[in-house]
Amino acid sequence: MISPNLRYMESHEWARQEGDIATIGISDYAQSEIQDIVYVELPEVGTELTQKTEFGVIESVKAAFDLYAPVSGEVIEVNESLLDAPEQVNESPYDEGWFLKIRMTDPSELDALLDADGYQAHIEAEHA
Amino acid sequence: MKRTPLYETHKNLNAKFTEFGGWEMPVQYSSIVTEHLAVRSIAGLFDLSHMGEIEVSGQGANELVQKLSTNDVGRLNDGRVLYTLFCNETGGIVDDLLVYRHTDNHYMLVINATNIEKDMAWVETCNDTGAEVKNISEDTALIALQGPQAIDLLNPFVPERDVSKIPYFRFVLGEVAGIRTVISRTGYTGEVGFELYVPAVSAERLWTTLYPAVIAVGGQPVGLGARDTLRLEAGLRLYGMDMNDDTNPFEVGLSRFIRFKNRQFIGKKALLAEKKEGITKQMVGFQMLDRAVARAGYAIYQGDERIGSVTSGAPSPSLKCSIGFASIESPAVSENEKIDVEIRGKLHPAKIVEMPFIKN
Repeated sequence: MISPNLRYMESHEWARQEGDIATIGISDYAQSEIQDIVYVELPEVGTELTQKTEFGVIESVKAAFDLYAPVSGEVIEVNESLLDAPEQVNESPYDEGWFLKIRMTDPSELDALLDADGYQAHIEAEHA
Repeated sequence: MKRTPLYETHKNLNAKFTEFGGWEMPVQYSSIVTEHLAVRSIAGLFDLSHMGEIEVSGQGANELVQKLSTNDVGRLNDGRVLYTLFCNETGGIVDDLLVYRHTDNHYMLVINATNIEKDMAWVETCNDTGAEVKNISEDTALIALQGPQAIDLLNPFVPERDVSKIPYFRFVLGEVAGIRTVISRTGYTGEVGFELYVPAVSAERLWTTLYPAVIAVGGQPVGLGARDTLRLEAGLRLYGMDMNDDTNPFEVGLSRFIRFKNRQFIGKKALLAEKKEGITKQMVGFQMLDRAVARAGYAIYQGDERIGSVTSGAPSPSLKCSIGFASIESPAVSENEKIDVEIRGKLHPAKIVEMPFIKN
């Protein structure tokens, strides 16, 4: 399932814009490929992120996966509930499984990301 | 990449595949955790046809296998299986394997998939006894049935005998659903189970016979992902991860599979010398004390001192924490002692625990 109205990275992170705040997470496709998420490592509030650079790690039983920031900005909230219940990323990737809220330095960065249709096409190409 | 005779069968089950030692193998069908827990509570069906088999036969077979093995093959009767190591002249481990004794002039060696060519070359190099050595890997498929319900699942397909009567580490030549099979009471999971060796041409028939029965009781097909977490919980070493040509059996905690007395074998002299000099490394089990995951290659610290590194590590689906094996300087630590694992530049707390992590 690809949630509409979000912006996506080719590395499967999504961003949801509300004013100059972006909530970020990973797609349903990514969680279903990774599966069995047992650990999430996220930056602290106040950390400055740069678009397309690493900001954290998720670990499944099989391997660790780097997370990349869809936009630049300051981390203003971290989903602390993932520390004790990382499985929420598998169960609810677009809602309870969000990672961070970021105050964007430049919301126009979102324009460079894929929309839902573009992301769908990207997944199909990756899978082919 | 090489494929087992069951490749299409796995594909039809929507398996995800991974590359393992040159083989395209199913890594998971549903999820690693689901498959792992199915083996612990019910049963799992594994395609292990990538494993290698070498047949050693004829006059000199016994002498050759004995000479190659650190463990005493001379103790075997017909129908017995022995876990052993092959070591090189300097005591490094060439491979770890199972030796099946059909008769004293007919053995089957079951070796790691990644080592088939190396082991064949090694066995041939060492063969001065006149034994006939044959790589039968391509012609041999291996399907494992593991888990508490393995006996009840297998019995209906073996009308000629009660498979519960086959003791641990023994095998019989029999028929499973009419297919000529080496029925071996062995496994790599820490559970009751069987490893079934059949001609490659019969692999699909055996799989499609057992599969519906396994599914009907809530079991699962199991890929290499759960195979790895199962063996880890059971404290079973994996060649290429926990040991290699440069590690000796003492360093990886496998010295109980060396028999020095009244026998000669390749590497004996070097291993006796190592033992005398004192072992500088040991393998320990550890458990993470936070939620972080320790993986192979990560550094182990005690205080400020780096004392070793992780050789295998993963989240344990049964214990719900991460576990692993570490190779550390000997005798740096003992049980329950605290250590730290460096994960992406940060130290995470762990403690030394006894292996196996799961006891049955």
